[in-house]
Amino acid sequence: MTLLPLAVKSLANRCFTVALTVATIAISVALLLSVQRVHDEARRSFASTISGTDLIVGARSGPINLLLYSIFHIGDATNNVSWQSYKEIAALPAVEWAVPISLGDSHRGFRVVGTTGGLFTRYRYGAKHALEFSDGTAFADLYDSVVGAQVANKLGYAIGQSIVLSHGTGALADKHADKPFRIVGILKPSGTPVDTSVFVSLAAIEAIHADWQSGTHIPGQEISADAARRLDLTPTTITAFLLGLKLRIATFDLQRQINEYRTEPLLAILPGIALQQLWRLVGVAENALLIVSALVVVAGLLGMLTAMATTLNERRREMAILRALGARPRVVFGLLVLEATLLTVCGIALGLALLYAGLALGAEFAQAHYGLRIGLDFPGTRELILLGAVCCGGILTGCLPAWLAYRHALVDGLSLRL
Amino acid sequence: MTSIDDSSPAIHLHNLHFSWNAGTPLLDIADFQVRRGERLFLQGPSGSGKSTLLGLLGGVLVQQRGRIDVLGTGLAGLGDAARDRFRADHIGIIFQQFNLLPFLNVIENVTLACRFSPRRAQRVGDPSSEAARLLRVLGLDPAQLQAQSTRNLSVGQQQRVAAARALIGAPEILIADEPTSALDTDTRGAFLKLLFSQCERAGTTLLFVSHDTNLAPLFTRALALADINRSNIGRAPVARSS
Repeated sequence: MTLLPLAVKSLANRCFTVALTVATIAISVALLLSVQRVHDEARRSFASTISGTDLIVGARSGPINLLLYSIFHIGDATNNVSWQSYKEIAALPAVEWAVPISLGDSHRGFRVVGTTGGLFTRYRYGAKHALEFSDGTAFADLYDSVVGAQVANKLGYAIGQSIVLSHGTGALADKHADKPFRIVGILKPSGTPVDTSVFVSLAAIEAIHADWQSGTHIPGQEISADAARRLDLTPTTITAFLLGLKLRIATFDLQRQINEYRTEPLLAILPGIALQQLWRLVGVAENALLIVSALVVVAGLLGMLTAMATTLNERRREMAILRALGARPRVVFGLLVLEATLLTVCGIALGLALLYAGLALGAEFAQAHYGLRIGLDFPGTRELILLGAVCCGGILTGCLPAWLAYRHALVDGLSLRL
Repeated sequence: MTSIDDSSPAIHLHNLHFSWNAGTPLLDIADFQVRRGERLFLQGPSGSGKSTLLGLLGGVLVQQRGRIDVLGTGLAGLGDAARDRFRADHIGIIFQQFNLLPFLNVIENVTLACRFSPRRAQRVGDPSSEAARLLRVLGLDPAQLQAQSTRNLSVGQQQRVAAARALIGAPEILIADEPTSALDTDTRGAFLKLLFSQCERAGTTLLFVSHDTNLAPLFTRALALADINRSNIGRAPVARSS
């Protein structure tokens, strides 16, 4: 005697409530999995905010601090690195490339990064993705600038737009109004802080500060934009720099060498390790989201419990008929657990379908706006474990109405309670 | 499988005592037999212990004292599972109404009895065609009924489908608990006639429980539960309802 056709037909008979229950479970499962995917992807994307760079070097502070201000543009450097040290380290035989970063200015709330063209070729994110231009090229002229995708998007900028940088990062910062920049390049979204940055050359940073001292304009000593072109625009200090090594095996040696640098106190960090430390701080909110979505699944299963429990009384007749035909009480129990299992499994299947449909529709949006690459991959181990847990939860939930029906079956015997 | 002694009575109660709580017994029957092939009419008002007696005969309840032998097998001596199996194999049951599972079609409802009893399934060979045959004998058109939803059948049709289910695979005993109380007089007569002829054909013992004494003359024997039950609790109107 197989219970399966009985359970299937019994469910089909109540198709409306069954459809609602399955939909509830499906939506909760789809939510759980999408939160899990976004969580995974956010972690992966975060962990790969910068890749391909072996060391980040700045003035001596803490690793997370250096990472925050140099890459995420959060907070400010406590100290600068002298150009001299940069030159010396960049010239070391182990170093393949070096990209300097000079921070401190802003443009309408977005950080300005003074750097070299090397940034656009050397900076990598994710699985070693290079930055790409959606329009234009890297800066060539002194007053050229390149903007990140979000800067262009939010401010509605296009190639050729003239922009003015502000000194400092506050809202009321003085403007470098005498030396406007022209946008020559717009980058594609990367999901990294690059999207919210304005890039200019190191020389440009020197030029706009030529007539400034200690953070203020020197009155009566204005140097025009053209006049600044004739000055020696070699920087004296930079904020930090990125290093790529010829052999990654030399990373720790070089890191120690830099950390013990005699002329000034420097700190070299491995981006991956610092990112992991930072994720431990930020990841808490993501985990909270995961817990909330798990609770939504619990709510979905409780919905199933309600749907099953409310039909139990009207189904007592059904159970008495089965008993009269010789069904053991445990058959009654099994029938209801089987129904709960079918509901849960259908919910999971529909939830997966919803997830993939949503991913297929939303992947482009997530990529364009947040730089998140959410693939249509087959569920991973962790997801399968989650689905298994949902399935077990559904079966266990089904045990409660099943047990009630079992009790009824024992008490009712062959009498039909109407 | 329980071996069946053909010479023993269909049902034999001896010194049966049953009470729901530890109190006065609801049933106290000294000796009661139903012979094989008999059509017995058992009359009793609601609350007289009829349902309890049916539960005991069906093996879903167990008496505190005494014996219940069905087809020569002492039910109390069987385990829970064996009693359920015994019921599936040897007893067909028709309820007052709502006999059918609404989510199964007519044929599926009839053949459901075979699903729980391999013995009955084996006897009929092909359950579906046997179900269709029984339905036809009981005056129904299986092809036509098959097309409509089970819940749209008239009460008379439902009771005949229930009878077909109780009869399929020829169980030795058929217990009918007020099967005609929801039928009008004409349908009732036709239903009983068909039921009797099928029981006769298969040699089935029929235990027919009802409060409607008008039907009593149609049976080979008629008695009131009060006549065999020495407990007077059942006669009190306050006793447990059926």
